[in-house]
Amino acid sequence: MTGLLLSLFFFLAGAAASLIFARRGRWPSYLGAGGVILGSICGSVPALLVALGAPPQSFRMAWDVPYGSLYFGLDALSAFFLLPIFLITAVSALYGVEYLEAYRGEKALAAPWFFLNVLAASMVVVVLAHNALLFIMAWETMALSSFFLVTLENEKESVREAGWTYLVASHIGTAFLLVLFVLLGRAQGSLDFDRFSAPSGAGTLFLLALAGFGTKAGFVPLHVWLPEAHPAAPSHVSAVMSAVMIKTGIYGLLRILTFLGPMQAWWGWTLCIVGLTSGVLGVLLALAQHDLKRLLAYHSVENIGIIALGLGVGIVGLSVGESFVAVAAFAGALLHVLNHALFKGLLFLDAGNVAHATHTREIDRLGGLLRRMPGTGATFLIGAAAISGLPPLNGFVSEFLIYLAGFKGAVSLNASGSVPMLAAISGLALIGGLAVACFTKAFGIVFLGHPRSERAALADEAAMGMVAPGFVLAGGCVLIGLFGSGVVRSMGPLISSVSGLPSIQVGRALAAAANSVARVGEFAALLVAAAALLCVARMKLLARRQVATAPTWDCGYASPSPRMQYTASSFAQPLTETFRMLLQTRCVFTGLEGFFPRRAEFHSHTDDPYRSRIFQPLFHSISRAMASLRPLQQGRVQLYVLYIAVTLLVLLLWQIA
Amino acid sequence: MGSLIPLIVAAALAPLMQALIIRTKSVMAGRIGPPLMQPYRDLLKLARKGAVYSHTTSWIFQLGPAIGLASVLLALTLIPFGGFAALSAFPGDFVLVVYLMALGRFFTVAAALDTGSSFEGMGASREVTFSAFAEPALFLAFAALARQTGQLSLSPLLAAISARTWAHAAPMLSLALGALLIVFMAENARIPVDDPTTHLELTMIHEVMVLDHSGPDLAMIEYGAALKLWLFAAIIIGVAFPWHCGHRWIDASAGLLGMLMLAIAAGLVESSMARLRLLRVPQLLLVAIVLSALALAF
Repeated sequence: MTGLLLSLFFFLAGAAASLIFARRGRWPSYLGAGGVILGSICGSVPALLVALGAPPQSFRMAWDVPYGSLYFGLDALSAFFLLPIFLITAVSALYGVEYLEAYRGEKALAAPWFFLNVLAASMVVVVLAHNALLFIMAWETMALSSFFLVTLENEKESVREAGWTYLVASHIGTAFLLVLFVLLGRAQGSLDFDRFSAPSGAGTLFLLALAGFGTKAGFVPLHVWLPEAHPAAPSHVSAVMSAVMIKTGIYGLLRILTFLGPMQAWWGWTLCIVGLTSGVLGVLLALAQHDLKRLLAYHSVENIGIIALGLGVGIVGLSVGESFVAVAAFAGALLHVLNHALFKGLLFLDAGNVAHATHTREIDRLGGLLRRMPGTGATFLIGAAAISGLPPLNGFVSEFLIYLAGFKGAVSLNASGSVPMLAAISGLALIGGLAVACFTKAFGIVFLGHPRSERAALADEAAMGMVAPGFVLAGGCVLIGLFGSGVVRSMGPLISSVSGLPSIQVGRALAAAANSVARVGEFAALLVAAAALLCVARMKLLARRQVATAPTWDCGYASPSPRMQYTASSFAQPLTETFRMLLQTRCVFTGLEGFFPRRAEFHSHTDDPYRSRIFQPLFHSISRAMASLRPLQQGRVQLYVLYIAVTLLVLLLWQIA
Repeated sequence: MGSLIPLIVAAALAPLMQALIIRTKSVMAGRIGPPLMQPYRDLLKLARKGAVYSHTTSWIFQLGPAIGLASVLLALTLIPFGGFAALSAFPGDFVLVVYLMALGRFFTVAAALDTGSSFEGMGASREVTFSAFAEPALFLAFAALARQTGQLSLSPLLAAISARTWAHAAPMLSLALGALLIVFMAENARIPVDDPTTHLELTMIHEVMVLDHSGPDLAMIEYGAALKLWLFAAIIIGVAFPWHCGHRWIDASAGLLGMLMLAIAAGLVESSMARLRLLRVPQLLLVAIVLSALALAF
């Protein structure tokens, strides 16, 4: 526990120091990043030990707040979520030092560093808190500090709008959590987690947790803040938010599940449905986007969907007593939490490099960046293949485990039990195919071919401090792809605490799953070796032969221009057209008049269907209903004093009566 | 335990299967057609040539063919043939097979986009669209077969299908087989999904993506395509023609006979119908999804 308290101390010290030395040039950057990095190193040691099987620790101090106590606990579940938090915030802080340089002079850099440290500290407290009041306070701090980070470029209308959406969404989520914790603590009259008891209405509590934590995690249809806030934030903050902050929603859901007693099959079904909807809609909406960071944000919705799908399959397996299905699915879902942190962090940092170098995030204005930005391009390729779930990288390992659980369930369960399994299998397959489409688009159009605009043609590789963090995360993707079985084997205590199964049973199932994963790892290594061998063979073959260069074959057309290349929109068009019912893409087409048309225009835009069809009408009608109260607010102090006086009078009369 | 035989047979005979399809089509069209050894000669000729690279391309373009061939070769080590189990087998190995194909596709598509050519972008776009529909069909078909046999690995799964299985589960097996056949045609760029012999770049899918490759790169791509054809055909024959008499070599010969019949059947389909309009292809693949879902219902 000392390490974790020390890490909180470093985060808070970093926050304070970056404010104190706000006016000293680059000092806030160094101090702020230093705080995050030192804190992460200190904290990751105990987290790693507990994740690898050391006994859980706890730390408790009295707190004057009613029902509150400073009760921190580090168990396998907390440790597993802490590790990516420390890794990603540290790497992003390192990246932020260079990235925020571009803002120096026009922005005070102390504020983003202050809030990044506060965000890091609050995420750690969220995961460690064993008291509901402490949890909610940290949860709110996390929402507010990330709100201030999102709105760094608050001179832009779109950024203010995004920040506002985010703030409203997080508070709606928190409202569910308040009710949830009050219901959980009511029986024992305490808000400490270890005295929570499951009252009779466990199903209601599950739904409250699903809505409250699902808002943070980004389950469809509660995801609407996510594609707004993540692109608006500075890229290193997008990385932290998308890679680890939304995972605190998954953590919260899992933590609550441990209080609710035996899991029921319909929870699993619900999570499967939520996961499938989030996964498929997330990737489809991503396909339709033109903005690189927005595309990545929608992929977070997709990956959260995959995690929910894994948890759902696991709960269904648990409820029918299939321990292998439960263990493999939980292992897949939890490993996907870690994997998504690695590749999504990587992709957002690389997207930041692209935006930094070209000043645009519009995919159709980019192109050919691999030549100008070799490091960013290579790491983006690794991230793109990993997020598409392809071997030999980490994304495949976690999806493989969920598939394995699904197939095992489909084989051994009866007809009704196998329905969610088959839905999970076919859903994952569709998501996988669409993700390949989306990331060949993102990588292919942004990094390959000819530059589509002058800015893309003149782009320069980002500074070392912005490329190196990507290589660290890409290394993580490769390592888990090759040695994922080791990670899976170490997840025993974690899975038995989440599933409530005895550790011997978990160990047996986990060993079987890890054996398959180990074979996948062998294949990954063989694949790399075979591809390398074929490349060498080709080089040897071509060594003494004529190797010429020529223009790309264009069917004889003599003067192709970069504008004739296929665009991202046209690449995705067959799929967006097939799913137009779900996407509701708006197209604006003007032009082609007369025999010699001069100009023509075409725009397409895909709004979030839930935002434009559900939430906007809902909030509009609320604000219309509230408009009748508006005359009360006149802005005159005398009138407000009158309100107070009238209220007091009414209360007095009520008391007398 | 595992045997190298299925891999060796595939590596040696895959181009011959392509030649057999071409021969069937030629005979149907009243021509003699190229000799059966022609695909081998083409591969050899390409491997001996130099190469031309587009100015636009980067290392991705050169990496693509190598990864494509490596992934299909590794996938083949998981495919049994005749009475011989595959070199490697573990629970869930068919997931790896499908995702290795997806990896090959990812890099083929990336290499196509690397050229900056509109035609190749068009082909790439079609390829990712159609395979997004083909994958669920394939997985559901595997799920149906797994549910029927109770096996989670390809070698024991295909070994568990026998004439007796057909006797009591014929509807389910034929539905799954129908789905597999549609996926076979889509994934291998055959008519009615794609026409490998067309001359117009605008209408192609797979062939247009590799327009700019030449020399040993093209040899790797062509050989990879032949192996992929063999891979899907071997799974289909394993289901459709489950000859298990106990003697492995006789079983393998029966398997070869099955492959010959499948090649002829593919040739007959190709000579008797035209390619579907591109907009219709997703519907065909939806049929495959429905077929495999129905197979699960039995």
